Amino acid sequence: MNLPDGSRQEEKKNNPPAPELPEIGILGINHTSAPVDLRECLAFSDQESRETIQRLKARPEISEIMIISTCNRVEILFTSYDPDEAVRTLKAHIAESRSVQEHRFEESIYTHLRSEAVKHLFRVASSLDSMVVGEPQILGQIKTAYKTAVENRGTGVILNRLLHKSFSVAKRIRSETGIGDRAVSISYAAVELARKIFGRLEDKAVLLVGAGEMAELAVEHLNRVRSTGALFVANRTFEVGVEMARRFSGTAINFGEIEDTLKSADIIISSTGSYDYVIKKKQVRPVMRQRKQKPLFFIDIAVPRDIDPAVNRIENAYVYDIDDLQGVIEENMESRLSESAKAERIIDEAAVRFDQWYESLDVVPTIKQLRGKLAEIADSELKKTLQSMDHLSSQDIEALERMNEAVIKKFLHDPVRFLKDPGSHRDKSLYIDLTRKIFKLEDD
Amino acid sequence: MNYTLLPVIFCYLAASGGYAGFLFLQRGIYNRGAYALVLAGFIIHSVLLGMDYADKGSLPVHNLHQNLWFVGWVLAGVFLVLRPRIRLNILGVFAAPLITLITAAAFFVPDTPMQPQSELAGVWLTVHVLVIFIGEACLALACGTGILYLIQERNIKAKKHRFFFRRLPSLELLDSTGYTFVAAGFTALTAGLITGFIYAHQVWGHFWTWDPKEVWSGVTWLIYAALLHERLVAGWRGRRAAILAIIGFAAMLFTFFGVNFLLEGHHNEFTRW
Repeated sequence: MNLPDGSRQEEKKNNPPAPELPEIGILGINHTSAPVDLRECLAFSDQESRETIQRLKARPEISEIMIISTCNRVEILFTSYDPDEAVRTLKAHIAESRSVQEHRFEESIYTHLRSEAVKHLFRVASSLDSMVVGEPQILGQIKTAYKTAVENRGTGVILNRLLHKSFSVAKRIRSETGIGDRAVSISYAAVELARKIFGRLEDKAVLLVGAGEMAELAVEHLNRVRSTGALFVANRTFEVGVEMARRFSGTAINFGEIEDTLKSADIIISSTGSYDYVIKKKQVRPVMRQRKQKPLFFIDIAVPRDIDPAVNRIENAYVYDIDDLQGVIEENMESRLSESAKAERIIDEAAVRFDQWYESLDVVPTIKQLRGKLAEIADSELKKTLQSMDHLSSQDIEALERMNEAVIKKFLHDPVRFLKDPGSHRDKSLYIDLTRKIFKLEDD
Repeated sequence: MNYTLLPVIFCYLAASGGYAGFLFLQRGIYNRGAYALVLAGFIIHSVLLGMDYADKGSLPVHNLHQNLWFVGWVLAGVFLVLRPRIRLNILGVFAAPLITLITAAAFFVPDTPMQPQSELAGVWLTVHVLVIFIGEACLALACGTGILYLIQERNIKAKKHRFFFRRLPSLELLDSTGYTFVAAGFTALTAGLITGFIYAHQVWGHFWTWDPKEVWSGVTWLIYAALLHERLVAGWRGRRAAILAIIGFAAMLFTFFGVNFLLEGHHNEFTRW
């Protein structure tokens, strides 16, 4: 029973000590560690990611590699038998391919290894590390990055498992904590409010007054849930209005027609550069009667404001200006942050479980478990057979037990040798994982 | 005090607790569990009432105790029927405590035996009482929905987005649900009044006798008629409709209790101690 340990010791005598398993590492910069100009400079386009993966995976110190690059972060995830060398290679590659001096980003770059790297990836995927905590895009971005890496054969057993784990952790955090529940952008907050007023937004008509980036964003958000409602665009320069109307397949109207359009519009988004109120209380009051008191929701994102705040006092008319929306967002942000404590707990738990799996990839425990499983089967079969053979002496039984042991030893000889050294440049963890799978060895 | 009522009240009370849990924790299991508890309470309640009916041969609505007990049963029934048909999860949060309150009140009001009056029987009376009570149950739910509407409207207008803002549905849903309750309640109330006229004609030979209860029923009916009319014609919705639904319910409560305590009339016995 001392075969694995014994032969390992032998090996150690003969070979230089090499780690049994590749180390998981992550190297990156994000919005807290580096200013935007540096992040821009280091960012990888899709094509660049592909080329980098292709090039670096050929290096002996890098076993698996994947690149996540968004506007707020660049992260390079890798596994390596020599992580220090891998980090040096990666930094050199960044410096060379981005033509930046290494000292420029040396301060901003962080490196995590092993369980710290695992936790970091889990936190990034669940949007705990995002600039806006809980924002949902990051998971999709990581999925895309993972797809790119898979297509270029950058990932192997460890990163595949790690990434799938990070997707499920992110999903679990999203469903079990309130981290992504509440709107934290102006346009999204406006849509959420509209829902609280109108319920269904499908058939609601929108009037856009003035053109601005934020107003456009709000319309885009609204259009995801609207289908049949009309869209009107009023702009001081009619041509600009026509252009916007065309983009959102709506109708351009004159500035003078706003009052009239209030009769049929439900949601008004205003963002003009006007110094005066564009819509006043005395204009809205008569309209409410004509609308049969159907609610009107004014979203005023202009500074100075476009809509007379007194309009909010009219029955069934609701006015939210930029500060009100900002207030909504701040409240929501607070509750997201308090939810993130729960999320951290889920991540710690998942990281511990991933570590257990990772440890099990080691050759020694795998061989031990495999041997244990075979011994168990042989023992129980022997017992069954012996039950109907009372005439055997204790020497006979001992002989049979020895035979069993010998069979196991011989049977395991070749697989064990292979697992210990599958040949140079081959991914040992792949074969260990495969062995664990075909013999159904538990990840305990 | 009749202790056989306690299991019913206990079910309703537990359901109220379940709905409170749902309000705070927002877990669907509390919502479904509480509904099941109301259903359980209603079934026991029905058995008790059925036994009573078989015993007396007429609807047990001869004094205040019996009336409250019966109203509680009708309200629970109306709630159970309507709840799966409307998307208002929050409905149980006020309906269940209301049912509990009414049945608990019935428990504490003594069941004074009344001199059975031969005229207080017959199919018209049964229909009259049942239909009126169904209408009143709907209007009670309309009042509750109206209160929720006012809370939510306040939240949106004042830009307060705390506890209730998150838990209450959209204004539109509250408004349309309230309207549905008022329309259903008004229809039942009208049918109840008509059957009452027919019954009165059979017993006393008059459709209308300016009895205080009749007058106040008329007033209540007019309030709801005005609400529906204005909604259809002038678009009275939202806040105004909600306030009117609450006023209408207050008038109805006065018709139910106030008239009997403060004024005299031929409905008196039903709500006497």
